[in-house]
Amino acid sequence: MNNLQAQYNKHMIRRKATNYIMLTMMVLCAVIALIPLISILTHIGASGIKGLNLGFITNLPSPVGETGGGMGNGLVGTLILVTIASVIGIPLGVLTAIYLSEYQQIGIFPSVVRFVADSLLGIPSIVVGIFAYVVIVIPMKSFSAFAGGAALGIMLIPIIIRGTEGMLRMVPDSYREAGLALGMRKWRVIVSIVLPTAIRGIVTTIMLGIARISGETAPLLLTAFGNHYWSTRIDQPIAALPLQIFNYAISPFEEWHNQAWSGSLLLILLVLIISIVSRVATRQQKFK
Amino acid sequence: MTKIIKTEKVQAWYGTEKALNGISLDINKNKVTAIIGPSGCGKSTFIRCLNRMHEVIPGAKVTGKVLVNDVDIYSAQVDPVDIRRKIGMVFQKPNPFPTMSIFNNVASGLKLNGITDKKFVAESVEKSLKMAALWDEVKTRLHHSGMSLSGGQQQRLCIARALAVEPDILLMDEPASALDPISTLRIEELLQELKKEYTIVIVTHNMQQAARISDYTAFLLNGDLIEYDLTESMFTKPNDKRTEDYITGRFG
Ligand SMILES: Nc1ncnc2c1ncn2[C@@H]1O[C@H](COP(=O)(O)OP(=O)(O)OP(=O)(O)O)[C@@H](O)[C@H]1O
Ligand SMILES: [Mg+2]
Repeated sequence: MNNLQAQYNKHMIRRKATNYIMLTMMVLCAVIALIPLISILTHIGASGIKGLNLGFITNLPSPVGETGGGMGNGLVGTLILVTIASVIGIPLGVLTAIYLSEYQQIGIFPSVVRFVADSLLGIPSIVVGIFAYVVIVIPMKSFSAFAGGAALGIMLIPIIIRGTEGMLRMVPDSYREAGLALGMRKWRVIVSIVLPTAIRGIVTTIMLGIARISGETAPLLLTAFGNHYWSTRIDQPIAALPLQIFNYAISPFEEWHNQAWSGSLLLILLVLIISIVSRVATRQQKFK
Repeated sequence: MTKIIKTEKVQAWYGTEKALNGISLDINKNKVTAIIGPSGCGKSTFIRCLNRMHEVIPGAKVTGKVLVNDVDIYSAQVDPVDIRRKIGMVFQKPNPFPTMSIFNNVASGLKLNGITDKKFVAESVEKSLKMAALWDEVKTRLHHSGMSLSGGQQQRLCIARALAVEPDILLMDEPASALDPISTLRIEELLQELKKEYTIVIVTHNMQQAARISDYTAFLLNGDLIEYDLTESMFTKPNDKRTEDYITGRFG
């Protein structure tokens, strides 16, 4: 055994012990991190499953005391709000990210854009709601689905910008260079090479953003406002699952509390379904 | 002898760091020109200046003149995209497009530049893969991912991809460094075949290879062109002491 190996071996036992302790601690932390998540999910599942039936997702809320009411209008409302938010947030976010990653990485303007996006990420969502109230609800003289969707869309933009930019940056430059060296135009390289390579990550980012905003209540209080009836008009107040969950949860009625649990479960399932569908849709072509 | 490329005092920077100190060198049509020199001397930088790929790197800058068929490719009227279609490039590291099949990788330069004739594309893919000595290995699985190939196969795929767009000039940055001796030999044979129609500039670290395949050799050192001559003269009777040292393996 030479000198160097003797030195390695001297600390062998201590290193093995350290390794073992650190590994145990990491596994422990992972388990601890999972506890709240799993207990929330199981609790919502257990409390919400009783009331979650076809009637719940197709009926209007019923007055206190009557049974059989549902959150059909809230489900439709949330879908409409999320759609409006996506129509606003996804193109703006993705195009800004492409600009930051592919056209102008360094300089004052890109830094300002990144700084603003990061600041927006940290703004309390009620503030976004107040902003939408001031610039949309007051001029339109009405609470509306559009105002609610816009508020959610504003929250979506920075999430998508920063996430998508990160995903685009992970595409190695060598692919861009290969495309350019073949005489492709820059936009062609972006559309046909960079975006397809990053698409799964981008979709994941968008889904996380949508999951995040579809559960938001505060920005909707002063914008979408809520509605006890069916409405699909974007210039009228509209119901939303989180608003309805909030109203039911703070009510004094046991029956409504149960419905709030079912509504929460419905919201979680909704996000899950959107996420699965979009993942399947962008599945990487499987090569045999 | 037609000089297809003429460079005049080409200087190149990465940010503030200078990588080329003024290279003036004429490249002959339908010949293989080898660029040799120790690692970091500027070989890749130089050939990237020849098809306007250097400017793609943020902060990179080129001065001097590069004339291709007597047209200054850095003049304002010239579109870099046209230049790159005429001057193909194979990179030091294989870089097949990860989301594309083998077929689409080779076809990409045609399809994504607006060629829609399916029959023409299919024939071109087959021809290019044959030229790059890859056809026999992939003909039964053209629709598998380009990433499913070995490193050496990927490099030949990249060569096929560059050939498919039928450039006039082919710049190759150590195309054989990841290849086994047999594929290397086939690539070398390919170059001899190609030079009937194309002009080839090839960077190589392998002295025997440079001696075997090239008609002319340029020796770069620290961003300077030290010597440029017929390969035969350079390898038998180098003019500069540094060239001799490098070729005989005394440094580098
Ligand atoms: N992207 C870059 N950013 C900054 N400096 C760079 C970059 N690429 C190359 N350089 C520098 O430019 C000089 C020339 O590099 P170049 O890649 O042209 O060398 P080379 O001769 O091709 O070397 P090798 O044989 O190792 O490929 C080196 O000093 C290198 O550090
Ligand atoms: Mg190099």
